[in-house]
Amino acid sequence: MKKHQWKAWLYLAPAVVFLGLFMVYPLVDVVVYSLEEGYNSASQSYFGIGLYNFSYVLRDPYFLQAVKNTLILVVITVPVSTGLALLISLGLNSIKPLKKLYQTIYFLPYVTNTLAVGLVFMILFKKTAYSDGLINLLLHAFGGPTVDFIDGPYWAKILVMCIYTVWVVLPFKILILTGARASVNPQYYSAAKVDGTSKGRIFTRITLPMISPMVFYLVITGFIGAFKAYSDAVALFGTDLNAAGMNTIVGYVYDMLYGNSGGYPSYASAAALILFAIVFTITCVNLLISRKSTVV
Amino acid sequence: MKPKSSVASRVLPKIGRGIVYALLTVWALIVLFPFYWMVLTSFKSYSSYNAEFVPRFVATDPTLANYGDAFTAVPLARYFLNTLIFTLSTTAVMLVVTVLAAYAFSRLEFRGKNAVFALFLSLMMIPNELVVITNFVTITDWNMRNTFWGLILPSVTSVFYIYLLKENFEQIPDELYKAAKVDGTSDLKYLLRVVLPICRPTVITVTILKVIECWNSYVWPRLITDDQAYFLVSNGIQEIRENGFGRENIPAMMAAVVVISLPLIVLFLVFRDKIMSGVLRGGTKG
Amino acid sequence: MKIVLDHLTKRFPNRNRKIKEEVVAVRDFTIEIPDGMLIGLLGPSGCGKSTALNLICGLETPTEGRVFFGEDDVTDLPPEKRGVGLVFQNYALYPHMTVLENILFPLGNFKGDDRLPKEEMKRRALEAAKLVQIDGLLERRPSEMSGGQQQRVAIARALVKRPGVLLLDEPLSNLDARLRLATREEIRRIQRETGITTVFVTHDQEEAMSISDLIIVMKDGALHQVSKPQTVYDDPVNHFVASFLGTPKINSFAGEVRGEMLYIGEDAVLPEPGVKDGPVTVGVRPEGLLPASDGPFVCELSRVEVMGRDTSIVFTHPAFDGEAGRAIVDAELTACLEAGPVRFALKPTKTYLFDAQTGERVRNASGV
Repeated sequence: MKKHQWKAWLYLAPAVVFLGLFMVYPLVDVVVYSLEEGYNSASQSYFGIGLYNFSYVLRDPYFLQAVKNTLILVVITVPVSTGLALLISLGLNSIKPLKKLYQTIYFLPYVTNTLAVGLVFMILFKKTAYSDGLINLLLHAFGGPTVDFIDGPYWAKILVMCIYTVWVVLPFKILILTGARASVNPQYYSAAKVDGTSKGRIFTRITLPMISPMVFYLVITGFIGAFKAYSDAVALFGTDLNAAGMNTIVGYVYDMLYGNSGGYPSYASAAALILFAIVFTITCVNLLISRKSTVV
Repeated sequence: MKPKSSVASRVLPKIGRGIVYALLTVWALIVLFPFYWMVLTSFKSYSSYNAEFVPRFVATDPTLANYGDAFTAVPLARYFLNTLIFTLSTTAVMLVVTVLAAYAFSRLEFRGKNAVFALFLSLMMIPNELVVITNFVTITDWNMRNTFWGLILPSVTSVFYIYLLKENFEQIPDELYKAAKVDGTSDLKYLLRVVLPICRPTVITVTILKVIECWNSYVWPRLITDDQAYFLVSNGIQEIRENGFGRENIPAMMAAVVVISLPLIVLFLVFRDKIMSGVLRGGTKG
Repeated sequence: MKIVLDHLTKRFPNRNRKIKEEVVAVRDFTIEIPDGMLIGLLGPSGCGKSTALNLICGLETPTEGRVFFGEDDVTDLPPEKRGVGLVFQNYALYPHMTVLENILFPLGNFKGDDRLPKEEMKRRALEAAKLVQIDGLLERRPSEMSGGQQQRVAIARALVKRPGVLLLDEPLSNLDARLRLATREEIRRIQRETGITTVFVTHDQEEAMSISDLIIVMKDGALHQVSKPQTVYDDPVNHFVASFLGTPKINSFAGEVRGEMLYIGEDAVLPEPGVKDGPVTVGVRPEGLLPASDGPFVCELSRVEVMGRDTSIVFTHPAFDGEAGRAIVDAELTACLEAGPVRFALKPTKTYLFDAQTGERVRNASGV
């Protein structure tokens, strides 16, 4: 029996070591960092313990800008992408020929490099000396005003950021919802057909309740994912996000850690903990709402 | 019943279906368009691209010169090779670590098993952003910046994959283990000869998901490498965008983008069903 | 090889952690299984049969007691050192290997000097496959075979090591009725041909009766009776064994012995010389109730079920333990039956008395 215990721990050892080093220890350490005031990474010394790092971060205009950008991104992309995914998955489930082809195409963005395709989006939306970019030309053709989405006004930058984010997150959502819809027992639909239920009623009374757990799951993971947005922004606006005014909370953490404005792991830790607190709160609220509405 | 309404009932669904197909096609075009545009642009010559104020939708004079530039003007081949080394080694080490742990949880008996597993599961909720700061400092302290070890080590465990594999391993009937024990099979041999072959679909799924994750990883490599000799493709593309080619050579950029996107797209088209069902079973991006 | 179980006890911690008391799966089990026999280990589900089997093969270690194979104490040996073959209810074939690979697998575990040359391994595998008559299916995978074929492969895999003991855990339960009959014959034949001491766990009494040389009846972890199949049926040691064996079930009545005479209700049904006065449980096999116009035992007729060769008379009686009793009689004897009272005579050899409290057999002067 003793020998057996030994063996089990042997099998577990690599995972325990790696998780301990790169998950558990950092988790403690990040809290320690966030409380060390005036930490100097060159001399590895600090002045005292306290909440100064948090108050610094909360007063830093770059951080507030990042929070604002992230919040706008979350508020717009989560409902839009979930709604679009719902529509598309319903459409997908109502057709037979070409269904597989469409599914394959819709999933493509999932397997592509966010930064690489972001570059293509940038080119499509950017105004340069040579060309206004395809999107602006289209806008112009329909009589609209042209605008530089990459280096122009704030609303335009946020808009293109939201569009790209939706484009990136949709494949996952479409896949999950299509799967959820397909796993509803077809007998319900046969029964509804026999009863002469209208399409609208079938959707609201059968499909939606049956897939609602998955919709909630997507909303929750969507919130978490959107709050962690970063590489999409880098892809569109370059690595100096503060200068572009398009930084996100995660971007702020990394910038504090490393790069031109880096070297402040304490501020980075404080910002990361604030982000975690926000995400955690919102997830809890989401879970509460979803529990309530599924009970009713 | 009036004949007219029966005509309507035959025609209306057809119109409805037509609208559904039209909308689905519009979305398909939106998804495909960036891919089309990058391929198209990559075949346009530098001068003809810049001469087109209104971009053309076909390359009138296709050229492969951009692909040459992509490999010669910037070390794209180097980025590519780095990413390949990084992806393969991370995935291989991760498979060993997670499979062993999943086997311990699913098959071996030890005190505190449930408590340890609960602890593992609770780690699943920890966002990467929270631990990346210390890991950055740790790797820096270990002088592992700009090394493959520094890139690989922090991402060789995944609690989620341990969980996924454990659930799958547990579906193998107990009798198989008993039969193997009666025949004197060691645990390691049982794992290699029986468990892994039976659970091959899940192992493949985990492998593919990890490969995708590695190939596209950007944040950690960016923190840990500033020497171009260790850049991965994501960082490479960002480097190209900001400093590459000496001038804004968009066709060459697009050629590079095509080259780094292609492997995963091919992988996806080959393993389409495996990847989609793997992601469906709970994979999330990032 | 002879198997001896000496005061074997196995206790498990309770699954519900709040209950401190341990679960006793096998209780003080002592038995000697002679070499070369086919033993049926019979009992209702959850009686500890499988645990007993696991103790014999070494998958479980006993809390107390010893296990001997021949003269050797194997209690502390791991399963692979005991030389046992084990066959499971769900076959437990490796789904990703062909039949041949499955049969070869145990041989691949031999280490050092025991390791066989490739040719010899193949020869043995073919021999085992031939023995169970699946030598034409060697390249198939388990999923491409019927349940009966898969079970044969499992037996071949167990036999290829040439074990001293073959253990079968409910080997027929996953098969349909027709295959079950055929496979049962097959197991009997293979056992005869190889002469391996075989223990066969089942909850199906008919299965155990039909092929075993010896039946072990178990309940709640304890051994109740070890006898030849016919003896277990004809001479049960207690009420549990009597009621567990036999279809239809034995008829049980509350009875009483007064002055060496057995009474059921107020009917004096059978003289029982040498039996003390007092309450008893009376068990009468369905074929032990003979309808007779002057029979001493009066019951109420419910209905008559015709089954071809036999007829079953369903009756009720106030002292009967359960809903309704059954008597199995020749078809021609029932022609005269009508609703109302029906009179039976009791066959002394098919009527058993049990202690009303303990259920232990109470024997009269002639031993019945």
